[in-house]
Amino acid sequence: MIGNPNAGKSSLFNQLTGLRQKTGNFPGVTMERKIGQTPLPDETTPTATVVDLPGIYSIYPKSPDEQLVTEILVNVRHPDYPAVAIVVVDASNLRRNLLLFTQIADLGLPVVLALNMLDVAQAQFQDVNAVRLAMQLGVPVVRVNARTGDGTDLLRQAIVRQLQQPVFPASLFHDPATQHPDLIADAKAGYALTNNYLAAQYVIQHDGFSFLNPAQRQNFDALIDRHKFVEADFQATETIARYERIGRVVADAVTDRRPLNQPTWSQQLDRILLHPVWGYLIFTGVLFLIFQALFAWAQPFADGIDAGVAWLNGSLKTQLPAGPLTDLLTDGVLAGIGGVLLFIPQIAFLFLLISLLEESGYMSRVMVLMDRIMRRFGLNGRSVVPLISGVACAVPAIMATRSIGSRRDRLITILVTPLMSCSARLPIYTILIALVVPEQRVLGLISLQGLALMGLYLLGLIAALLAAWVLKLVLKTNERSLFVMELPTFKLPRWNHVGLTVFDSVWSFVVEAGRVIVAISIVLWVLASYGPGDSMLRAESRVRAENPTRTAETLDNELASARLEASYAGQFGHFIEPAIRPLGYDWKIGIALLSSFAAREVFVGTMATIYSIGAGDTDETGVTVRERLRAERNPETGGPMYTPALAASLLIFYVFAMMCMSTLVTTYRETRTLKWPLVQLVYMTALAYLSAFLVYQWLK
Amino acid sequence: MNLNKDKMSYPITTMTMRSVADLKVGERARITVLNDQFTSLKLLEMGCLPGTEVCLHCKAPLGDPICLNVSGYCLSMRRSEAATILIEN
Repeated sequence: MIGNPNAGKSSLFNQLTGLRQKTGNFPGVTMERKIGQTPLPDETTPTATVVDLPGIYSIYPKSPDEQLVTEILVNVRHPDYPAVAIVVVDASNLRRNLLLFTQIADLGLPVVLALNMLDVAQAQFQDVNAVRLAMQLGVPVVRVNARTGDGTDLLRQAIVRQLQQPVFPASLFHDPATQHPDLIADAKAGYALTNNYLAAQYVIQHDGFSFLNPAQRQNFDALIDRHKFVEADFQATETIARYERIGRVVADAVTDRRPLNQPTWSQQLDRILLHPVWGYLIFTGVLFLIFQALFAWAQPFADGIDAGVAWLNGSLKTQLPAGPLTDLLTDGVLAGIGGVLLFIPQIAFLFLLISLLEESGYMSRVMVLMDRIMRRFGLNGRSVVPLISGVACAVPAIMATRSIGSRRDRLITILVTPLMSCSARLPIYTILIALVVPEQRVLGLISLQGLALMGLYLLGLIAALLAAWVLKLVLKTNERSLFVMELPTFKLPRWNHVGLTVFDSVWSFVVEAGRVIVAISIVLWVLASYGPGDSMLRAESRVRAENPTRTAETLDNELASARLEASYAGQFGHFIEPAIRPLGYDWKIGIALLSSFAAREVFVGTMATIYSIGAGDTDETGVTVRERLRAERNPETGGPMYTPALAASLLIFYVFAMMCMSTLVTTYRETRTLKWPLVQLVYMTALAYLSAFLVYQWLK
Repeated sequence: MNLNKDKMSYPITTMTMRSVADLKVGERARITVLNDQFTSLKLLEMGCLPGTEVCLHCKAPLGDPICLNVSGYCLSMRRSEAATILIEN
C-alpha cells in the first residue's frame, strides 16, 4: 500500500487486515512496518500479505523514511517488492495524489487505485467520477471509504484481477526516453531493465540505492557524464509535465464547484493554534495536561500494581519452602519485574496522549510553532516529535527522526533526544524524590514533589537544547534543509488506531524491558549471593567473632550485609567505590549504577534486590524499596544514608547519564557508524558525572 | 543526485518582484516563477506550479514559518523558502 501521508492508507490497511496485523522492522533497517493478511475472493490465492509503507509525496525521497519506499519499489529482488501496488488516493486533493500515482504506474507495477475520502471531496463541492478516472488512467479504480470499510470487497476483487491478468496503462504518463533516448537505452541495456521510467530512476537515484554495488554506481556516474544529463532539470520538467497530464485527467473526471476560498473550521482553528499568544499558551496547556496525566492520573494505577507485587512477593515467601530458589524468585526476579510493571500506567497514558496529538493533526501545528525556536538550537520543527516522544522512550523517538530530511538536523536530534527524561527514569525520580522532598503543598495547591519532578524534566529539556546548540557549533554543514510540509486538516482520532498504538507500545515495552530486567536480576542475584572462594564464610565468622555474646537470630541482619559485602557484587562495588565516592555514593549504589548501564530501569529492581538480600530473612515480608532506602543508615555518620545531597546527586546523574543499551543500539543502526553512539555515551556520562559531582559537593 | 547545487536555472525578470513571503494574511496571488532549483523540486511536487493561485492562510509567531493554501490544501514552509516563490497579483 502506497500513498501520500494522510490519504487514509493506515485506515484502509486496518480495514483490509482487521486487527491481526503485526508490526516488524523492514528488512535491514529498524523502521517499523506494518504487515497483515487479508482474505482474497480467489481459490488459488486465498490470502495476501499486505504491507503498509510510509507515506510519500513522490518517488524522489526527501528523508530516510521516504528513501525506504523508493528502494522497495525499484528493486524486484526486495522481499517486500509488491505483486500489486495499491495506491491510496485522497479524492479531495486529487492532483497532488495523482502525481505519485502516475510515477508508481510508470515504474511498470500492476496498480489498483483506491479512491478514498470521496465524502470529504463531496463536502468541498467536488464530484469525482471513478469510471472516467479509470478510463483516463487505464488502471482499475475502486471507490473506498477507509473509515467505514465500504468498498473493501470491491478492492479485493480488483486486486485478484490485477494478480491474474494485470491491466497496465497504454503508455507511460511521462516517458523519459522522449527527451533522453540514448541515455535510457544505455541504462536499460546495461542493467537488463525493460522499463524506461525505472531506468531513469536508476540513473537519477543510483547513489541512494543501497542494493547497487560501488562499480555499478560508478558506471551510472559515467553514463550521466557521457550524456550530459542534469538530474534536477529532468525532475522539474517531469513534475511539470505530469501535472499538465493530470490536469487533463482531472478536468475530465472531476466536477469542481468549489468556491475559491473556503474558511473551513480546520482553517479557522489554525488561526488560533498558530496565534503568537494563544498558540504558545495552548501548547503549554497541552504539555501541562500530559504531565498532569502522567503524575496524577496514572498514580492510583501504579500504586495498585505496587501493592499487588508486594503482596505477591510476601505470600510467595511464606508459601514456598525457604531456599535459594525461592530467594531467587522473590528477591531476584519478582523484585526486578515489579519495577517494570510499576510504570505501565504511565507509559500507557504517555503513548495515549502522544498518539492523540498525532492522530488529530495537532503535532504538525506544533512543528510549525516550534520551527523558528528549534532552528536557533541547531534542530528544526520536525525535531519536536522525537523530543516529545523521548519523554516516553528514546528508542521510538530516535526512529521517528527518519522524517527529518536534513542529515545534520537529524543527527543532532538523535544525539540529544536521550537527554529528555524517558519513562524509565520516572520510577527512579519518584522514589528518590519521595525520600528527600517533603510531601507539602505550595500555595495550598501545587505539590512540592510534583514540582521537583517537573524541574527534573525541565532540566533534561534544557540540557537537550544546550547540547544541540553546542553540536550545531561543532558540526558544520553546507547542506540545505527544507521545511515544506503539508498541514493536514484536523480530524477526529480513530480510536481503534489509538488503542492499538497504546497496546503495542506497552506490550513491546513490557516484553523488551522485562527480558533485560529479568536477566539482569538473575545475574545480579547470583553475584550478590555468592562470593569468590570462602570469602562469604570468612565474613560470616568474622561477624560472629566480633559479636560473641549475641545469638544467631539477632545477628541475622549483620550477617546478611556482611555476606553481601563479601559477594562478587559487593567486591565489585567496592572496587569502583573510589570513582563514585566524590559523588556521595557507596558501593551498594555502585552496584545499582553499574547494572543501570545496560538499562536504567533496572535501578529500582537492583536496589530492591541488593537491599532485600542485604536485609536477611527475618525482615518482615512485603516491604517496599522506598521503605528499605529510608531505613538505610550511613555507616560513617550514623544518620540516614539518603541525605538530600546524595539524592540530588543521584537524581542529576540519572537525568544526564546515557544508561540504555537499546538506545545506543538504535543510534548505531540509525547512524550506521560506531562513532555516534560512542559520542553519545561519552558526552552524556561525562555530563552526568560532572554535574552530580558539583551538586553533591555544593549541597554536602 | 547532488542536492547541494544552488544554481539558478530559472531567469529572474526583475529583482523587485514580490514573493509569497511578502503576502499578507488572506491575500491571494498567482505563482510566476520558482527561483531556487533545490527548493523548487519539492515545491513542484507539492503542487506549487507556475500559474497556480495561492492564498496566504496564516503565519506562525514571528512570521516564520508561513502556511499557504494551494490547490485545496494547506502547505507550511519557512519564510526563506516562501521567498523563492515569485508571484503576481
